[in-house]
Amino acid sequence: MEIVAQTVASGVLLGLILALSAAGLTLIWGVMDIVNFAHGDFLMLGMYASFFAWAVLGLDPLLALPGVVAALGLFGVVVYLGVIRPVLRGSVLAQIFATFGLGILLRGVAQFVFTADYRQIGDTMATGSFAVGPVHLGLPQTIAALGALIVSGLLFALLDRTTVGTALRATAEDRRAAELMGIDTRRMFALAWAVGAGCVGAAAGLLAIYFPIFPDVGAVFGLLAFVTVALGGFGSVGGAMLAGVLIGVVTSVAGLIFDPAYKFTVAYLLYLVVLVIRPQGLLGRA
Amino acid sequence: MSVVPRPGLPVIALVAAALVYPLAFGSPAAINVGVLILLFAALGTAWNLLGGYAGQISFGHAVFFGIGAYTSTVLLKEAGLSPWLGMLAGAALAALAAVLLGVPTFRLAGHYFAIATIVIGEIAHTVVRNLDAIGGARGLFLPILPTSLVNYQFHNSRLPYYGIAFGLYALALAATLMVERRRIGYYLRAIREDPTASRSVGVSVLQYKLAAAALSAALTAICGTFYAQYVLFIDSDSVFPLSLSILIALTAILGGAGRAYGPLLGAGVLVPLSEITRIAFGGTGRGADLVIYGALIVLISVAQPGGIAALGDALRRRLPQPA
Repeated sequence: MEIVAQTVASGVLLGLILALSAAGLTLIWGVMDIVNFAHGDFLMLGMYASFFAWAVLGLDPLLALPGVVAALGLFGVVVYLGVIRPVLRGSVLAQIFATFGLGILLRGVAQFVFTADYRQIGDTMATGSFAVGPVHLGLPQTIAALGALIVSGLLFALLDRTTVGTALRATAEDRRAAELMGIDTRRMFALAWAVGAGCVGAAAGLLAIYFPIFPDVGAVFGLLAFVTVALGGFGSVGGAMLAGVLIGVVTSVAGLIFDPAYKFTVAYLLYLVVLVIRPQGLLGRA
Repeated sequence: MSVVPRPGLPVIALVAAALVYPLAFGSPAAINVGVLILLFAALGTAWNLLGGYAGQISFGHAVFFGIGAYTSTVLLKEAGLSPWLGMLAGAALAALAAVLLGVPTFRLAGHYFAIATIVIGEIAHTVVRNLDAIGGARGLFLPILPTSLVNYQFHNSRLPYYGIAFGLYALALAATLMVERRRIGYYLRAIREDPTASRSVGVSVLQYKLAAAALSAALTAICGTFYAQYVLFIDSDSVFPLSLSILIALTAILGGAGRAYGPLLGAGVLVPLSEITRIAFGGTGRGADLVIYGALIVLISVAQPGGIAALGDALRRRLPQPA
């Protein structure tokens, strides 16, 4: 019983970070109907940013977090202006391939510049573990998960309580109507990329506290983010949060029940089953 | 009166180029490049039936490739069955898999479908890697048999493989040209442009998509058997990975999706490019080939979303037209 509680707890902790990264993906997806297939590689870049802030500047990953968020947000805008806006007039095929190619490019650049070596941030502020009843939680994992929860709360507040957030949601709901209401949708697109990539940056900075960093680190996390978004429902930030925690728990419980090699496979199967029953995802609009 | 140009001239040019290539570049390395160009042209052409004509963007075609490679190899190793028969069994199995996977996934729109195909590919990749009954992570070595067409093995020269690869491409191209000219071709393009309108005029959308998927999967599986017989070793990382699925789709898209000769153009650019970058930088293990590869994809999609074939159209418009 204890091992189950332990497994579920660590699944929730990972799930919250997954949820934050998926929220960034779903925001862009919802606002402009573009899937950033380089999402996992944005995460990888954020983790390297965090690593070098620590290795070169001696910054603790928690202190470096705002900087990483800002850097990724800026990178998101650059990608929007340089790659996304030109392909908007192209077919869906061209759009998918533009971000796919960007992902391959980023991974190649990371391998070229940083080499394929695994890197790990050492001696952070958050170390050790603590017990809640029979369950032992790592402090780095807990702090990362709490951080993800806080940033997700900020994202909710931004989308729900501010004028800019309302404009973003209006653009997602009906682009034409939003334009008629005087919303500059092109600026909203840029903003969606800034906020979306910023969320990925936050997830990356938090994950980097305890997770090893290497050029391919985004591959699994990226795919999990797509699954999370599609499971939660297209463009639904709340759905992404729910699905993120669900997938975190499912992967870690599956690793316990089956061979650990199958832990992601079970999450993928869950996604396919949900998709067959509810093609719009858990909380998506039909 | 037909909107589709007659095949005469391009086909003659193609056969001539395929015959001249091994005469002009006789080295085994050059023949190998020729084999790979034809193999990926065949794979891209097979993908194009579903991705280009029906507009269902699959990032999971390695599943069908892997089914083809594993079916013929397992039948050869366990039952001594000729790879040619194993190839047919693999094609049938892949077509069946395409229909079974297509029924639930073809309801999904654009991005959802693409993501579902990635996920299906990753599941297959993981399952095959952990299935010890068919070699698991160690993979399968094919038994070495005497050189003969019946055995589908040739140890003295790569030319026979080149010939078979040309046959594969010709088969995929013939299937495409036939689809283009028949009712199904028009229906598939109609479905791609507007599924709702197609359905409302009585086109059975699911049925035509499934037909395209089955044909595409069977052709892809046949290429998988060829790969197994050519390399004589397969494992899940060589025939089931996502990177292979992407390469297959990319070949078609780079050349021009939804155009019969697009994938050949794509393969003709991609294969030599990846060979050159691998020879020039690959040994460093620093991923320079990935950089060039990724940059090329981004550049093509941003500058010429229609692919290389569309670039040809643009050039043709610039040239003075004969009166």
